[in-house]
Amino acid sequence: MMKDSYWKILTRPLIDENPLTLQILGICSALAVTTSLDTALLMSLVVVCVLALGNGSVSLIRRQLPHSVRIIVQITIIASLVIVVDQILQAYAFEMSKRLSVFVGLVITNCIVLGRAQSYAMHNGFFASVLDGIGNGLGYSLILIIVGAIREFFGKGSLLNVQILVPVSEGGAFEPLHLMLLPPSAFFIIGGLIWFIRRKRPQQVEQPEFSLRAREQGSK
Amino acid sequence: MNAFAELLLRSIFLDNLALSFFLGMCTFLAVSKRVDTAFGVGLAVLVVQTVTVPVNNLIFTQLLAPGALAWAGLGDVDLSFLKLIAFIGVIAAMVQVLEMTLEFHVPKLHGAMGIFLPLITVNCAILGGSLFMVERSYSFGESVVFGFGSGLGWALAIVMFAAIRERLKYADIPDGLQGLGINFIVAGIMSLGFLAFAGMG
Repeated sequence: MMKDSYWKILTRPLIDENPLTLQILGICSALAVTTSLDTALLMSLVVVCVLALGNGSVSLIRRQLPHSVRIIVQITIIASLVIVVDQILQAYAFEMSKRLSVFVGLVITNCIVLGRAQSYAMHNGFFASVLDGIGNGLGYSLILIIVGAIREFFGKGSLLNVQILVPVSEGGAFEPLHLMLLPPSAFFIIGGLIWFIRRKRPQQVEQPEFSLRAREQGSK
Repeated sequence: MNAFAELLLRSIFLDNLALSFFLGMCTFLAVSKRVDTAFGVGLAVLVVQTVTVPVNNLIFTQLLAPGALAWAGLGDVDLSFLKLIAFIGVIAAMVQVLEMTLEFHVPKLHGAMGIFLPLITVNCAILGGSLFMVERSYSFGESVVFGFGSGLGWALAIVMFAAIRERLKYADIPDGLQGLGINFIVAGIMSLGFLAFAGMG
């Protein structure tokens, strides 16, 4: 682990160890804020900041931290960071923070943040931990941005609130897919993305618990 | 009374925390391999949610909300920015107290959901429930109903999901979708089903 180059620490979580599609961390917020691209981008920014700073500060105090109280200390650090971010958002981007509603606060319980603090920052140096935080944040952002772009484009025909396809109601030829703005589509899109990534990276495929006899015979 | 019943049904079905707000998804996907474990987690979430949402409601309205400290002569103090850290503290403490009480008085129940209790502290459904309570400014009575209803809705969703997954073990699934991928698709279809409840309102 320690021998890895900094570049690898930064880029590995993008696809090969993506927090969302492989480590199953932080899915809640990923699904909820992706109805449009701008909320997805803002949420990504929030998560990258909190992850990098949280990982960095946990790594700085890792030698002084008694084992028995580590989780409560980590949660307190993360909660304080999130409060700061939340206050900044409310001051400078009030409209956006209203649209993100409770999900900024829920970054505290976003398992990526605690998960990385626990599994990486507790054992690694400051600089590597910050990079790991940024890398995981970017891996999370990548999925968020893809899903957000797909949902906004097909659901409203726009990207970043700029109308690209003219909807039927205004004389165009595009019929907005309202399903894309509803919760189920987020599940389907992420499911599809996982499928796509695992086609490209077959080593990520999970083994089935039971193999079907027909399938075994077919593969022989 | 009617309003309470409506809120209850709404929080169980229409505003289902797991399937329409995606809260508690990590737990939802991770511990739903078998129906009995899913039932344990569901029960733990239901209990913790029913306790913490009203308690957080009291803390918020009595201590943190703007002007709540007027009795101490601090009428213009607004501590609402502390809500995140206060809520997470209350949740962690509640989970700890609940675990000790159950272990002491009802060891059987503790055996059924014991290992899941610590996990619940970082379940976003719990913190999310409390934050929704603040955002929608529920009264104390409403927060009791909302806490119970949303916990029940989450428990219902995870038990149903686990039941489907048990059956899915014997299905022929494309390689790339095996495991996590198919779980997302199943959750999507379930969420589509829950959308149908929108017609009830």
